[in-house]
Amino acid sequence: MIQFSQVHKRYGENVVLDETNFTIEQGETVAIVGFSGAGKSVCLRHMVRLTGPDEGSILIDGTPLEMLNRQEMRRMRSRFGVLFQGAALLQWMNLFDNVALPLRERTECDEAEIKERVEQCLEWVGLLEAADRLPSQVSGGMQKRAGLARAIVMNPEILLYDEPTSGLDPVTSRKIDRLIAKTNREQSATSVVVTHDLISAMDIATRIMMLHEGRVVEYATPEDFVCSKVAVVQQFLEAQHIPMGFGSGDDQDEKE
Amino acid sequence: MMLEGFWYFRCAFSRRNRSDTFNQLYLVGLKSIGVITVVALFTGMILALQTGLELMRYGQQVFIGSAVAVSVVREMGPFMTGLIVAASVGSSMAAQVGTMTVSEEVSALEVMGINTNRFLVMPRLFALVIMMPLLTVFTDILAILGGALVGYTQLNVEVLAYYHNAISFAGVKDLFVGLFKAALFGLVIGTVACHQGFAARNGAVGVGVATRRTVVISFLLILILGYMLTRLFYL
Repeated sequence: MIQFSQVHKRYGENVVLDETNFTIEQGETVAIVGFSGAGKSVCLRHMVRLTGPDEGSILIDGTPLEMLNRQEMRRMRSRFGVLFQGAALLQWMNLFDNVALPLRERTECDEAEIKERVEQCLEWVGLLEAADRLPSQVSGGMQKRAGLARAIVMNPEILLYDEPTSGLDPVTSRKIDRLIAKTNREQSATSVVVTHDLISAMDIATRIMMLHEGRVVEYATPEDFVCSKVAVVQQFLEAQHIPMGFGSGDDQDEKE
Repeated sequence: MMLEGFWYFRCAFSRRNRSDTFNQLYLVGLKSIGVITVVALFTGMILALQTGLELMRYGQQVFIGSAVAVSVVREMGPFMTGLIVAASVGSSMAAQVGTMTVSEEVSALEVMGINTNRFLVMPRLFALVIMMPLLTVFTDILAILGGALVGYTQLNVEVLAYYHNAISFAGVKDLFVGLFKAALFGLVIGTVACHQGFAARNGAVGVGVATRRTVVISFLLILILGYMLTRLFYL
């Protein structure tokens, strides 16, 4: 369970998170949506303590992150898999070595075990044939998929996705969405997806949270979210050309 | 602190880091060797010419060997090597680490539980500390050879006389002080480059700032440290 309790964060004069409170239950897939600068990615970075709150607390299964020392935090982070916005692959390593990196650095597995696990993950994301290519030699979508393979290679309990479909064409975006949905289903992990793309959010999330000016303004199932009466949510839906009530009826069956 | 230093030293040559450390050793040597060759050769030639012209007025141009050897081995060798390595290798290290920082690769390493000091800093730092003295020896040899060339072709100084003068005035202490300086300069360049790289913010502009700061700060520290060490060992 991930819990934000009265979290306050500011960068200079700019308040990014303003007494933010929410809870993500175990096994849930939550999409965090919102306009640019709403604090979505900052939220995600707080969950793995890449940045810390000015006030308030972030609890993972009841453990406040700010109380953990470096060693404990490293252990805590091993429970997470993160797909970064730009995939964040190491440019001098090929896709195989990028995916193998956490296994080589954090486990005592021998090369045969590493090879087997990495190939399994690359096959999962459909990149086995591109294993020996450098990140610069593959497309943005393939980089994202390699990033996803690296995120899941250690079988994490919690998966965080930062804008997984940003900068991708609609077809590739949907491919990534399907891959994320499949991963969440089969890994049984708790997942948090930060996205601008409400179609993506509705495809993969069990609940959608909207952040606006550092506060949670709506937190509901996709069906309830599209029927929200909150003005800023309606504005967000309109901006994405999603009619009120979209996905709350028949087309939900298709998704299942 | 010593234990920590020993741990970091072991890290650089551990199974996981060994290939990256050797890769960095190769890069540090390769990236600067061309410029060092030209600069060292011409510095030796200029030193020999300037000193030789003055000494020639008194008929003592045979002593250019000692003048060139002492100034190069004590000061100019490590100093020039430091400046060249800071400008070529230090800047590129800062740019690489800076780019990794702004593109979240460093964050990704942290989330994977990988110690970025061990994984990124140590191979670079040790490559610089090991290669700087080696490059300095190379600089010293080339500068002295450059001096000999000018002495022989323009000042009528026999190569053997030049050589005898050079080795009789430049002592073992000078060589070791010079090499110690070089290793320390390597440590400074690596530390500044990695620190500036990790501190890079705001995309390409931030990487540019980190690169420029690395060169400026390294230059200043090399100058100040060079003076302090000379004072420490020779005053």
